[in-house]
Amino acid sequence: MKKSVFLGALTVAGFVAGSASAATLDDVQARGSLKCGSNSGLTGFAAPDANGHWEGFDVAVCRAVAAAVLGDPEAVEFVPTTPKTRFTALASGEVDILVRNTTWTLTRDVDLKFTFTGVNYYDGQGFIVPKALGVSSAKELDGATVCIQTGTTTELNLADFFRTNNISYEPVPIETNAEAQQQYLAGACDTYTTDASGLAATRASFENPADHAILPEIISKEPLGPLVRHGDDEWADIVRWTLNALVAAEEFGITSTNIEELASGTDNPEINRILGTEGTMGEMLGLEADWAMKAIAAGGNYGEIFEKNIGESTPIGLARGLNAQWKDGGLQYAPPFR
Amino acid sequence: MTTATDPEGGTFRPSMLIYDSRYRSATIQIVALIGFLLLIGWLVSNTVQNLADLGKSVGFGFLTEPAGYDINQRLLDYDSRDSHARASLMGLLNTLLVAVLGCIMATIVGVIVGVLRLSNNWLVARIMTVYVEMFRNVPVLLWIVFSMAILIETLPAPSAFRGDEPSASMLLGDSVALTNRGVYVPEPLFGRMDEEGHPLTWRQGLGDIHLFGEAWFRFDVSLELVVFLSTLIAGILVSRLIGQRADRIQNSTGVRPKTFWLRAAVIVVPSVIVLWLMGFYLGKPALRGFNFDGGTHLRNSFIALWLALSLYTAAFIAEIVRGGILAISKGQTEAAAALGIRPRRIMSLVILPQAMRVIIPPLISQYLNLTKNSSLAIAVGYMDLTGTLMGITLNQTGRELEAVMMTMLIYLAISLAISGAMNVYNNRVKLKER
Repeated sequence: MKKSVFLGALTVAGFVAGSASAATLDDVQARGSLKCGSNSGLTGFAAPDANGHWEGFDVAVCRAVAAAVLGDPEAVEFVPTTPKTRFTALASGEVDILVRNTTWTLTRDVDLKFTFTGVNYYDGQGFIVPKALGVSSAKELDGATVCIQTGTTTELNLADFFRTNNISYEPVPIETNAEAQQQYLAGACDTYTTDASGLAATRASFENPADHAILPEIISKEPLGPLVRHGDDEWADIVRWTLNALVAAEEFGITSTNIEELASGTDNPEINRILGTEGTMGEMLGLEADWAMKAIAAGGNYGEIFEKNIGESTPIGLARGLNAQWKDGGLQYAPPFR
Repeated sequence: MTTATDPEGGTFRPSMLIYDSRYRSATIQIVALIGFLLLIGWLVSNTVQNLADLGKSVGFGFLTEPAGYDINQRLLDYDSRDSHARASLMGLLNTLLVAVLGCIMATIVGVIVGVLRLSNNWLVARIMTVYVEMFRNVPVLLWIVFSMAILIETLPAPSAFRGDEPSASMLLGDSVALTNRGVYVPEPLFGRMDEEGHPLTWRQGLGDIHLFGEAWFRFDVSLELVVFLSTLIAGILVSRLIGQRADRIQNSTGVRPKTFWLRAAVIVVPSVIVLWLMGFYLGKPALRGFNFDGGTHLRNSFIALWLALSLYTAAFIAEIVRGGILAISKGQTEAAAALGIRPRRIMSLVILPQAMRVIIPPLISQYLNLTKNSSLAIAVGYMDLTGTLMGITLNQTGRELEAVMMTMLIYLAISLAISGAMNVYNNRVKLKER
């Protein structure tokens, strides 16, 4: 008797609990702000400036999405996450989108049930050493103490790299970039390893950046990009095509300065379609017609965002390299807006 | 129910379930039980439903897959190709290591501080009060991070030991190195070898035996250690026999033969001979490449965690010990003093044995606290169970539910084992009432 009542209640509870998984776009629009999972502080990629305003290369993606969806690039709530908390934050719905130097891997895409919506930075794992150490190649690091951010793919690449080169090392697992920096500068580890872009950003914040060298070996492929939860393809499409719009804007010469002028109509139908003066692409995505125009106006096109935050004129000083447009020999390639 | 045999008889009506005091408590309990089960059922079904919505299944197959990451402090052999299960085992052993050493040190420090707080020496008593209040009133996480920061920032890097004019030098005849990566101390080794691995003398070690083949819980037993320990234990047993013989002689003749040197010799001499036969020597750490090589490496993360946990818990244990001592009537001290016993022996022979009954039960919970607090290890990158199974393994496999549940169960098992063992001890020392 008791048992059947219990089972009955279980079934009822099951029905009640079953009504999850709503459309993220509706949630964001109803809330009036986008919740963006970001790095807890990596200069150039995601860090609050002196006034507490979040700035950076990854932050710009969130602002572009917010501009496309809500029309306001400032309508973003940044949720700082660590490498260990980021996936839980996204899976549990605490954030709508995760843009946090996250490497696109099969396991994360398939087993963790996320959808990667493109690559905003093609990166690879490198090592930084003090020049005084006299090391010029990562293969000379036999027996070295290596600081590493725990809970990242770099941890696995590191183990594989030292194993395949048959050299030993002592890993020192560390929770955040800031702690790693402290231990590295105190000499508690000989070298610090993470994505080369992260190393450049970290080095830029050192007192004497010139005393530290990034070793030439790039030991892995790290395509970093924004990701969303599995199962809401409409939302994934919006994020994917916002990123594509930024890349395409650079290709077609749409910049934050000339966008107003181009929006009044041009001879190039593709530019017109991107900016919404022709076709119904915004409607197909469930957004306003000028969604891409707002996204590009938020922080400029892909090239402008790159130069402003991490480019060669900034203290971080990263070259475009793999992240140049496909026409310039890079990998950034937006599918056609058609 | 037993209504049929009720002495008062009468017919059973449903309303009696509420209004009859014979049934009321049973009714309330059954209703509460049903409510509780419903709540659990709702939580379980909600979890299952949400996991199904995410397309995730619950399974433990990930434990047999290669972990892929390295662990710096490992008590058994392990490399990145071993399974997640073995990586978790490494973490578990690290947890147990810091918990056991922490409990031992916390007890020693705690008892000393607790006794000294009651000292008649004003300065000593005040210093101990300051210690207790300082450690007890600051969160343990801050102590752990603080200890780590001190170790990293104050001690020299290994490179400071290099060169013709090194700015730092090793201690105790070049055998101990204090660096900001940890402390290197000599390690016991058996059978000297030359560079190619050929034995240098006829005295050799015995090697290891490998248990459980390739299973994830495989481990090696050092035969030298087994031989040494059995020699030592045999020596102690013989020494006890000599002591018992001395007791018998004392009982029959009233004169106790002098046995101290004989008893010490039967313990020490065979052990030393066995060590010499196996080619025992101390392997000293030496600077090679980036780091010190050889010797035992006590990592900063371990030292920081161990010190912080034990000093923090010692402050609580000191209070428990002080309370236990104060619980013993002052008449006991006075009576012992009247018999001419010195103050230090009054404490060790009269007061502390009685105070133990009061001290043990709260001491158990302090041991449990220390063990559970060791999960803060991740703050300094110590690879304990939380760092491996619930840290990297969880993160790389995405099996939150399984990893968290396993970790909880393991901590539960450790805690129950500690309180079980301490309860046995408590039963032995508690007052025997007849």
